[in-house]
Amino acid sequence: MSCYDTLMDYGLRSIGIGERLLPKTDITLCDQFVLIGSGMIWNIYFAVFAMVLGFGLATLVAVGKASTSPWASVPAKAFIFVFRGSPLFIQFFLAYEIFVLIPKAGIDINLGFAIITAETRWLTKAWLGAVVVLFLNTSAYSGEIFYGALQSVPKGDVEAADAFGMSGFRKFRRIIWPAMLRLAWPSYTNEAIFMFHATTLVFFSGFPAWRQSGDALYYASYFADKTFNPFVSYPIIAVYFVAFTLLIIAVFGWANARLNRHIAPVQKVKFRFKPQFIR
Amino acid sequence: MRKLVLAASIAAMTAGAAAAETVRMGTEGAYPPYNFINDAGEVDGFEREVGDAICAIANLDCVWVTNDWDSIIPNLVSGNYDTIIAGMSITDERDEVIDFTQEYFPPDPSAYMALAGASDDVVNGVVAAQTATIQAGYVASSGATVVEFSTPDETVAAVRSGEADAVLADFAFLADIVNESNGELIFVGDDVAIGGGIGVGVRESDAELKAALNAAIDQMKADGSLNALIAKWFDGREASY
Amino acid sequence: MEMCADPSSLEGINWWMCYLTTGKHQAFYASFGTVLLLLALTAPVVMVLGFSGAMARKSSIPPLRWLGMIYTNVVRGVPDIIFFLFVPIAMDQGIEYFRHRVKCPDVLEPIRQGNDFVVCTAAKMPLGSSPQWMHEAYGFSLALVAFALVFGAFAANTLYGGMNAVPRGQLETGEAFGMTQRQVFWRIQVPQMWVYALPGLTNLWMILIKATPLLFLLGVEDIVYWARELGGSKTSRFAYPHPDWRLYYFAFLLVFYLFMTWASEKVFARLTRKLSHGQATLGGEALKVTA
Repeated sequence: MSCYDTLMDYGLRSIGIGERLLPKTDITLCDQFVLIGSGMIWNIYFAVFAMVLGFGLATLVAVGKASTSPWASVPAKAFIFVFRGSPLFIQFFLAYEIFVLIPKAGIDINLGFAIITAETRWLTKAWLGAVVVLFLNTSAYSGEIFYGALQSVPKGDVEAADAFGMSGFRKFRRIIWPAMLRLAWPSYTNEAIFMFHATTLVFFSGFPAWRQSGDALYYASYFADKTFNPFVSYPIIAVYFVAFTLLIIAVFGWANARLNRHIAPVQKVKFRFKPQFIR
Repeated sequence: MRKLVLAASIAAMTAGAAAAETVRMGTEGAYPPYNFINDAGEVDGFEREVGDAICAIANLDCVWVTNDWDSIIPNLVSGNYDTIIAGMSITDERDEVIDFTQEYFPPDPSAYMALAGASDDVVNGVVAAQTATIQAGYVASSGATVVEFSTPDETVAAVRSGEADAVLADFAFLADIVNESNGELIFVGDDVAIGGGIGVGVRESDAELKAALNAAIDQMKADGSLNALIAKWFDGREASY
Repeated sequence: MEMCADPSSLEGINWWMCYLTTGKHQAFYASFGTVLLLLALTAPVVMVLGFSGAMARKSSIPPLRWLGMIYTNVVRGVPDIIFFLFVPIAMDQGIEYFRHRVKCPDVLEPIRQGNDFVVCTAAKMPLGSSPQWMHEAYGFSLALVAFALVFGAFAANTLYGGMNAVPRGQLETGEAFGMTQRQVFWRIQVPQMWVYALPGLTNLWMILIKATPLLFLLGVEDIVYWARELGGSKTSRFAYPHPDWRLYYFAFLLVFYLFMTWASEKVFARLTRKLSHGQATLGGEALKVTA
């Protein structure tokens, strides 16, 4: 079987498209590259959804923590403390046990034009359950980053907004929020990289693999077990991760340039690859 | 995959063990009644007693260690222990990688277990199995949807929670659980015969150890002590060794 | 305990007292010690590795500088779990391969025979005949080295940043006093870098605490291993049958970790105050006012 055939058969294996049975004997380097790459689809999916959803909650958490009202600041602080203070690994285990206990039911969500039935049993599947955990986790980490940035928004910016007669939400939306984002972006980029790296934990999280489709590490360990040689599949997954890490740096760098485009060159916030947020 | 482990146990043998060779016995410790870690934290179960008896006969100094199921073969071949005695059925696929002694437990059919009230169709639905078992391979190729868990305990929990419709595992492992569930769990569908009997796994390069273990098992079969152990641990089951 | 001889007859509080003191539970409690021991032993190794890494990056010898760069950047660019799955086996087989070459030069059969990794008996690490605790200690040390390698790269980065943050004027003053490069480095730069590196090191310590459950993946019997083992449902084959209690055991682990990070935060806050004394930083100035 040529490598092209392998790609056709297994390229989308992790999302259930293509050949159903995994290769068991005569495993080639190409098989490993293709299937592990196919598993990367899940790692990207987890990271993207958790980050996109987490962005919103993180903003809320940051504003909540900075708030003078204890009704907002205490829950926000507790949320950050719990999710930043404990290992993601334990959070995954615990979340799975809790999700399993939730009664299986359908909840109707009225979207106005259509009604969707959300099944609580979806929570025990990695595609939803793991995203929920990663989402809450990244919200706490990003929330703390945003909170730090919020504290360093230049006073002058806020005073200028006041002078323009802006108030409440408008001031936040137009002045404070963009300034916060600009200041937080370098740290946020590191958070994104580490969120992406943390998706490898899903494999060990207690969420079972369905139909033998799973993330990149699922296939890497499958091959390590079948070939009894960890010196091939794990370096392959490492190469994939380094490549995607560089991609994240490029995309976030582009966004950083946009956020800073109106700023005088001296004060621009520079990104440095400074990963400090493994969990 | 050095998932090596366990303080579970002290050297098992005493009789004339002074000059005996040390053999490290690898097991999973999570599959009662075959092998499990008892409340004192030691390896216990049918295979503990069989293993200790074999070592006594072969005059080996045996030490028990536990290892996760999914890396139990890799750790044998890389030499972290010398035998696998963990309810492992003899299959062609495994035989290519490691060697087995003769069986010390006859082929046991695998059974499906589901919540009470389930119909026989569940065997074609979502079926839980432990990763890297013959049962997982069987379900994957049977057309049912396989859900894999890393420990046997999790597969049963999945059925209780409704996560999976049924679980496929060795009959003897499930029998205890069904009996004690107060009617909550039942066997469904037909049993399936998948693997051969259960043997002790050894490295292919360890012919000497394999011969010693085979001779010991021969003796246990001849004097009836193996039959007695099977009856003791498997509710009086009669084996005809 | 005497009363625990027949667990099936126990009820209520007695059952719990006996259940929570079984040999298995004692192993669970002891495994908290394993985690603390790992932290206690890893931290100094991480600091040494980090310091060497940072010095390598500052070195004037190019190959050494490149080595420092590669070490700090590659290790941080790959998920730590992948390192943990890979490094201990590589080290284990590397050590045994080396010992095989040294101790059994006359064995001619190849080490890789098909799937088997076969070294002579004398090269086994630890020896097959050594007691179980040696095997465990060896497994634990492999885990420790893997942890130290990964976190050393992070520490190197932090310390490198700390060294560079020491104000240039301080170093120049040293030179003006006629100190050599070496003296400036050891007497001025190193003592002052800590206050700048401390926030990063605090963060690293927190991460190290939160990475300890990964010991479980390295096959060390840590608290996660025992929580999973104890929490699983138990039939009457066991002396203390119970349904699936993993949720409670994991909740307990969560509380343990929250306590660890909370307590560490307090300790580091004190340390920061102490180190800030007499420093030309905002923190140092603030202390001067209150003092």
